Amino acid sequence: MAGTAMTATFLAVLAGASLLAVTARRLRPNDRLPSLEGWALADRSLGPLWTWVLLGGTIFTAYTFTAVPGLAYGNGAPAFFAVPYTVLVCPLVFVLLARLWTVARRHGYITVADFVRGRYGSAPLALVVALTGILATMPYLALQLLGIRAVLTAGDMYPRGATGDLVMVALFAGLAVATYRHGLRAPTVISALKAVAVFVSLTAVTWLVLVRLGGPGAVFEGAAQRLGSSALLLSPAHQPAYATLALGSALALLMYPHVLTAGFASDGSRTLRKTAVALPAWTGLLALFGFLGIAALAVGVRAPEGAAEAAVPMLVDRLMPGPLTGLVFGAITVGALVPAAVMSIAAATSFVRNVYVEYVHPTATPKRQVRVAKLVSLTAKVGAVAFVFGLRDQDAVNLQLLGGVWILQIFPAVAVGLYTRWLHPRALLAGWGVGMVAGTFLVVREGFSPIVPLGTAAGPLEIYVGLVALLLNLTVAVAGSVALERLRVPRGADLTDLPPRLTVRRRPETGANNP
Amino acid sequence: MRPAVITPARVGIALCLVAPFVAMLWVGSYAKTDPALMGIPFFYWYQMLWVPISAVLTMIAYQLWRRDQRARRRGVAAE
Repeated sequence: MAGTAMTATFLAVLAGASLLAVTARRLRPNDRLPSLEGWALADRSLGPLWTWVLLGGTIFTAYTFTAVPGLAYGNGAPAFFAVPYTVLVCPLVFVLLARLWTVARRHGYITVADFVRGRYGSAPLALVVALTGILATMPYLALQLLGIRAVLTAGDMYPRGATGDLVMVALFAGLAVATYRHGLRAPTVISALKAVAVFVSLTAVTWLVLVRLGGPGAVFEGAAQRLGSSALLLSPAHQPAYATLALGSALALLMYPHVLTAGFASDGSRTLRKTAVALPAWTGLLALFGFLGIAALAVGVRAPEGAAEAAVPMLVDRLMPGPLTGLVFGAITVGALVPAAVMSIAAATSFVRNVYVEYVHPTATPKRQVRVAKLVSLTAKVGAVAFVFGLRDQDAVNLQLLGGVWILQIFPAVAVGLYTRWLHPRALLAGWGVGMVAGTFLVVREGFSPIVPLGTAAGPLEIYVGLVALLLNLTVAVAGSVALERLRVPRGADLTDLPPRLTVRRRPETGANNP
Repeated sequence: MRPAVITPARVGIALCLVAPFVAMLWVGSYAKTDPALMGIPFFYWYQMLWVPISAVLTMIAYQLWRRDQRARRRGVAAE
């Protein structure tokens, strides 16, 4: 039921977001000439607090906040792989992202493909990294719209037919305009509202759920009755899948252009390390969302067939007073806008830096680069809307699953490249190709399941496809590098000042060699 | 002489950052119901517990890193 109080709070949150977006211009302003660094990275000016809200708000998307509880509602324990996954992200941010930031800042790199270009001196490898990033980001962007739709539908605020679509388009258009004008500053200021709204509303909802249902014990008992108590626990057969999904997703996350863009926008590697310390707060939030999925089971929420992600919005709608429901729905909707904006900026920046300037218009002025990036970011958003209306929801979910497998294939070039350039760029290209083909093949063969059974002596071992593809990729890259080294195939020059190899005994002259 | 690459501080940082990987990926160690806490099966509350633990470990790593940075700067200045 769409109560007036609920709709009013919901609209108030959205209005707050729009107002904030208008003030984005004032966030760390400067009078420099327009540049891609200013538009896409907010002039690398974000301190620890802003980095925390932006990075957290970008990593923890609205889709995460609806899909994880949806999975918990439908499958029970396996959904909670999201907790180890996002716990592991923090040490990775501490080590990889901080190091990447330092190189990027020193050489003026804006995208991760810029780094690959500089490190290996290989244009094809950089192109492949950029295109993989764009390809993996697009379905993720579309999924944010699905997150909004799940919320609007559960709250009965998604009118059937064209009106509902118009509501969503209007929401997105406002964001698109703000992003067009202010770049990354727009999602940054909105992410502050997202953090406050999500943390406040979720704490309140969890509290009320616990009071209404009589404590956490009752919630788990009730859920066990509906789903069977075995579903609330991982059987030994499911454990390898759980662990590999957590690890693979964590490694993949740091390769996504939107996460890197949010990271690059911070004002120092020290800031990023500080942020990594506080990032688990967002993980705690995600775990609470997962718990609400269990609670939805306990309460007996009946989500429509094939739309488990509606379970928690329906639970909230059923149990909570109107204003709080509106706040939750508003928080999730704003929660979709932040990553969507960052994703469109990241995809556009990759396109401009690594395709447009590299291959189409090498002499483009910074001003022109910004203009093209703005148009591309707009196109990306329009594309996402078209995608959601044109294709089935399941297609977006499937493509996002593939996107995760794909983005993992740039891990060797990027993460290994941060420490050593021993891997030959051509071998990396070959490894990437093998990983992409094998990963896609396996995912499609398994009927778009992230898990693939591997036959072993002790019976089938189920593990995450992305990790299988990554292992194949690394094997090819290592073997290829050995071969190419033997054949003395030349490689491009290293333009970065990172040490060429990982040294153990002597500290290299430059750069921090952190473990 | 330059400071060694492997210092006690860096070993500490590595341990702090590797610990969550060991704990979280060793799923067999926590995929069980007992001991339950306030009715929450072990599987759930143990993973939740690792959220603050990982934050504390990262904080220790951060402090060690800062100390290491200062020591290195002093080492370079003394050269």
